[in-house]
Amino acid sequence: MTEADQSREAPAARWFDDEAGPVVRPYAMTRGRTSAATRHRLDLIALVVPEPAADDPGRDQTLSPEHVEIVERCSEQPQSIAELAAGLDLPVGVVRVLVGDLVDDELVHVTRPVPPAELPDVSILREVINGLRAL
Amino acid sequence: MAFGRSSSSRRQPPVEPVTLKILVAGGFGVGKTTLVGSVSEIRPLRTEEILSEAGRPVDDLHGVEAKSTTTVAMDFGRITLREDLVLYLFGTPGQDRFWFLWDELAQGALGAVVLADTRRLEDSFAAIDYFERRGIPFTVAVNCFEGARRYPPEAVRGALDLDPEVELVLCDARDRESVKNVLVAVVEHALVLAGPDRAPVPG
Ligand SMILES: Nc1nc2c(ncn2[C@@H]2O[C@H](COP(=O)(O)OP(=O)(O)O)[C@@H](O)[C@H]2O)c(=O)[nH]1
Ligand SMILES: [Mg+2]
Repeated sequence: MTEADQSREAPAARWFDDEAGPVVRPYAMTRGRTSAATRHRLDLIALVVPEPAADDPGRDQTLSPEHVEIVERCSEQPQSIAELAAGLDLPVGVVRVLVGDLVDDELVHVTRPVPPAELPDVSILREVINGLRAL
Repeated sequence: MAFGRSSSSRRQPPVEPVTLKILVAGGFGVGKTTLVGSVSEIRPLRTEEILSEAGRPVDDLHGVEAKSTTTVAMDFGRITLREDLVLYLFGTPGQDRFWFLWDELAQGALGAVVLADTRRLEDSFAAIDYFERRGIPFTVAVNCFEGARRYPPEAVRGALDLDPEVELVLCDARDRESVKNVLVAVVEHALVLAGPDRAPVPG
């Protein structure tokens, strides 16, 4: 793209097309808190697993319906951050904050996927190949 | 606040599967969502990241004017290979302004599929460059649309300037068996790249 092209294009306009959705402001749900305020960014495929304490009714009166729904969804089967975002129809950043709250409350823990810059080990790769072939 | 699970005291601790991911890159309309849907046990899901005007995910929206933010969608599917092994597929547009998403997705990814359409091969250049530069194992899958001229694989390889070790396969993104083969090719390539001592024994 030439400089002339760039200056012709209004910067705000270029995000609105087929691949980019509408403007949203869902961080009200996290009372303005963002994932930067909590520890590290939770990986999209990190699984949220309920702790036994999540069964204890009335533990935390400050939880929102979204917090409760996350715990309930994960009680059936641990769910990834990405699945929760899709299921709750919330941006990933919002889900990260809500899950961070639940981790702080020790109602859930989060699995650690393969660390960045490391490949899964060879035996797992072989199991993936076998698993795919058997589908 | 109750979670309403009265019978849950007898509940087994849930299995905690290992989760892995494969990325699906390619231009708009090349068949990413279709490919994910062909093998996923769930309908492809969409999730969104909020973008600032600068094209990075927004970590602090306080005081940010709504007009300077928007969202980008990625879609994904899930394949439970075993109770303790789950593979996620992520598809998101392979365009320069979305690379920040790839930077996050690529972390810990097992490998990638670059979907290509012979009518618009240039749409896959950026994704190929991206994975080459980061050393992420990838396979190029040419999605064979009806009506698109068939080119010999060698001609497509040449046009894409692929390194010899990168596999190029023809596929039909709508066909489950075909997509399974593409994914197996990606993982086999990852296995070879996992280290010289781990390469298949030469026969
Ligand atoms: N004929 C044919 N059509 C396809 C194939 N794969 C995808 N399509 C169609 O192409 C269009 C775009 O596919 P989609 O998966 O949405 O592309 P995406 O933008 O990369 O996610 C849809 O209408 C699909 O039904 C294919 O292998 N053959
Ligand atoms: Mg799509």
